[in-house]
Amino acid sequence: MGRAVSEGAGRFKPGDRVTVRFEDRPGHIRTPWYIRGKTGWVERVYGRFLNPESLAFGGDGLPKKTLYLVAFNHGDVWKNCQGSKDKVLVDIYEHWLDSAA
Amino acid sequence: MSASSTEEHGHEHPKHELSHHAKRIYAIRDLLVEKGVLTEKDIQSQIDYQEARSPANGAKLVARAWVDPAFKERLIADPKAACAEMGIDAAAINEFVVLENTEKVRHMVVCTLCSCYPRPILGRPPDWYKSFNYRQRAVIDPRGIMREFGLNLSEDIEVRVHDSTADIRYLVLPLRPKGTEGQSESDLAKLITRDSMIGVMDALPAIPR
Repeated sequence: MGRAVSEGAGRFKPGDRVTVRFEDRPGHIRTPWYIRGKTGWVERVYGRFLNPESLAFGGDGLPKKTLYLVAFNHGDVWKNCQGSKDKVLVDIYEHWLDSAA
Repeated sequence: MSASSTEEHGHEHPKHELSHHAKRIYAIRDLLVEKGVLTEKDIQSQIDYQEARSPANGAKLVARAWVDPAFKERLIADPKAACAEMGIDAAAINEFVVLENTEKVRHMVVCTLCSCYPRPILGRPPDWYKSFNYRQRAVIDPRGIMREFGLNLSEDIEVRVHDSTADIRYLVLPLRPKGTEGQSESDLAKLITRDSMIGVMDALPAIPR
């Protein structure tokens, strides 16, 4: 699927279990609320991108942040949907992820 | 905005009452032109560029992928290079990822935060794509949305909803409909709707011959 950008660039590798940080702070945050605090796994490492939280306020976006495709079981995101094989996949920057090993 | 402003800077403003945001954007446009940051011509050529991009670009890519397995491989491995090969300018996209549907897996794309969308490939997003309703429901009840678009999936098919929150833009590569063997690329392209490339429905069924 898609272009392999730069595998192995960041802290996590495909298959690693990760939990999205449950933080509440102002700014141009690209981590949606519904996924904060949820646990899933790294599906792909997309590589390093300028940090939108800095770019949005006239910053230089540096240092770049590693971006991951993180997969979640639909039933782990929405508690009333247990048992489904469906997935929700979200693009999340590394500084929003903690290891859930 | 008075009528005389037309003579001053060469374009007309809408005559009806403008919303706060519309007034603000026209004021910003006027300032940018006044200060020489942009010209009227720059603005018009950007509007023309935005309008010229349409789902026909995506349909061309998908139809070629259906008839040419080697192209499909290239489209999935390096979508921007495959676009360049077809004369489609995807340079405006930071990263472009193609999601291939199969008999067992369907993909659907949403941006729950705003309206991120592969504009060079699909043009401007439809209003429903930008609506709160779609953005909230897509990640909660994707199968319900698909049903509204006429697609009833059995439980053994996996639905993968991609929330495109960051630098990646996604295009769904829909399944080639059964019964389209031997059809020309241009006939196939007619079956490939914008909505099938967002992933809320399959491509249209084959036209009976």
